Amino acid sequence: MSPAPPKEPAVVRRAPGRPRRRENLPGYLFLSPWLLGLAAITAIPMLLSLYLSFTDYDVLTPFTEATWVGWDNYQRMFTADPSFWHSVRVTVTFALIAVPLKLAAALGVALLLNRVFRGVGIFRGLFYLPSLLGGSVAVAIVWVSMFNRGGAFNSLLAVFGIEGAPWVSDPKYALQTLMLLAIWQFGAPMVIFLAGLKQVPVELYEAASVDGAGKWRQFKHITLPMLSPVIFFNLVLETIHGFQGFTSAFVLSNGTGGPVDSTLMYTLNLYINGFVQLDMGYASAMAWVFLVAIGFITVVLFRTGRFWVHYSDSEGG
Amino acid sequence: MRTWIRPTALVLIVVVVLYPLFWMVGTAFKSPEEIVSNIGLLPEHFTPSNFSSGWSKFDVGFGRFFLNSAMVAGLTVIGNVVSCLLAAYALGRLRFRLRGMWFAVMIGTLLLPGHVLIIPQYILFRSLGWVGGEWPYLPLLVPHFLATEAFFVFLMVQFMRGIPRELDEAATIDGASPYRIFQHVILPLSRPALVTTAIFSFIWTWNDFFRQLVYLSDLKDYTVPVALTLFIDSTSETAVGPMFAMSLLSLIPVFLFFVAFQRMLVEGINTSGLKG
Repeated sequence: MSPAPPKEPAVVRRAPGRPRRRENLPGYLFLSPWLLGLAAITAIPMLLSLYLSFTDYDVLTPFTEATWVGWDNYQRMFTADPSFWHSVRVTVTFALIAVPLKLAAALGVALLLNRVFRGVGIFRGLFYLPSLLGGSVAVAIVWVSMFNRGGAFNSLLAVFGIEGAPWVSDPKYALQTLMLLAIWQFGAPMVIFLAGLKQVPVELYEAASVDGAGKWRQFKHITLPMLSPVIFFNLVLETIHGFQGFTSAFVLSNGTGGPVDSTLMYTLNLYINGFVQLDMGYASAMAWVFLVAIGFITVVLFRTGRFWVHYSDSEGG
Repeated sequence: MRTWIRPTALVLIVVVVLYPLFWMVGTAFKSPEEIVSNIGLLPEHFTPSNFSSGWSKFDVGFGRFFLNSAMVAGLTVIGNVVSCLLAAYALGRLRFRLRGMWFAVMIGTLLLPGHVLIIPQYILFRSLGWVGGEWPYLPLLVPHFLATEAFFVFLMVQFMRGIPRELDEAATIDGASPYRIFQHVILPLSRPALVTTAIFSFIWTWNDFFRQLVYLSDLKDYTVPVALTLFIDSTSETAVGPMFAMSLLSLIPVFLFFVAFQRMLVEGINTSGLKG
């Protein structure tokens, strides 16, 4: 995982025998805000929460007064808290469905846009707009209203004689409206796909055409393999992103994870345990389980990536 | 014959994708009765009063919420640009002990899911007395002045590596110190990366909700996203129009950034893989 330090270009004008110039003092001076942040904002809180995950702590007292409870929090989570497993199911369902569909939409539209014609930049920008706006509370509010019982979506269905459903308040459909909101923001991975498509050498397609390969075979045997590093990159980013969905679920359920816990995403459950129930010890344990799970998923993605990601040259994508 | 298929498909998809946004704009101007009955995009009875009633719907006006949001976003931009620039210069251009290790650590934090850190950071800031104090924005701002947004450090490191080394070498031979090289060579040449960082910082902070929800508990300190959730509590039909009006207003700054910097934003995610 850890990338090699960048190669220094050969210093041409260095006198022979003169020691390699070091810049330790300025180096650490410039790095000092980041180092302080790494320690104070990232490392220390993480260690603190690891400790607190083994305690009973209500946040109202100083954390030195937290009561040590050993593995109780973790035991409760895995054996006695159905809401934990429920939120895991909701989150995994959300990611398993929304991420592939989002990437498919992104790739499909990117293929449509991968031509030189007037206005291609405008299309690209318009498709990208939902990615910029979509994470906001405002868009989540609009989305929920649109799929409400009396909302625009049902009215639109009625025009075609289809009877809609109370999408937002029905536990069967609530999570699906959130998935749709996530898929709607396909513009960001689309832009990355477009950049990847531009890198595929045209000669490959020309050669395949000469050999009589049709569009579909060209897509399957040239585009997909050549694009696999970009697909992999998008898959990793979107999966990590998908597991962290919070805002839309909060807005739809007004912070409860409802209806009937159908939108209880993991981070929302974490929020409820930590900031509503003030059970910070338990929430810390949940945060650590989440971190380990995300790390595990990332490793699995990288492992499986070896079987289907093709790096065509040493330079990389 | 097939030349029309591609543009037609694209136009259709654009219409579907942008429909929710157009619908929001139209609904913000509809009367309460019309929001239910009129499924068209345009209002029959143009109702701009949604904006005035939404603006002063709560005990504190939306003007205050917008100011709070602008302040948080503005200071975050300054913090991110300055602190990430310093860190990137060290990691990207200077030679010092353990640099490779620190760079690897920075990449590691890049993959760290931000939501994991919310609970422990909250506990830490609370024990420092920063939560619920006179000025509750410290927990939102201080991390950004300490270069914790690794995405931007990475973006700037990548950018600075593209600046020819010969410039530093020449300046060094002329007797310039690393500080002068930073000030006179790297800083001016890094402007595109700084602008990209500033724009994304602003948009992400403007849209951010989780952290602001956690740290802001007093109505007068609320930012726009937190204030918007107050509308969800009131389920009355009359609140829908004002809710749409304020939601629409809240998206305008991001939209203006999009219009002004569209090309840059798209190029920005290309070069670095940043998510919008």
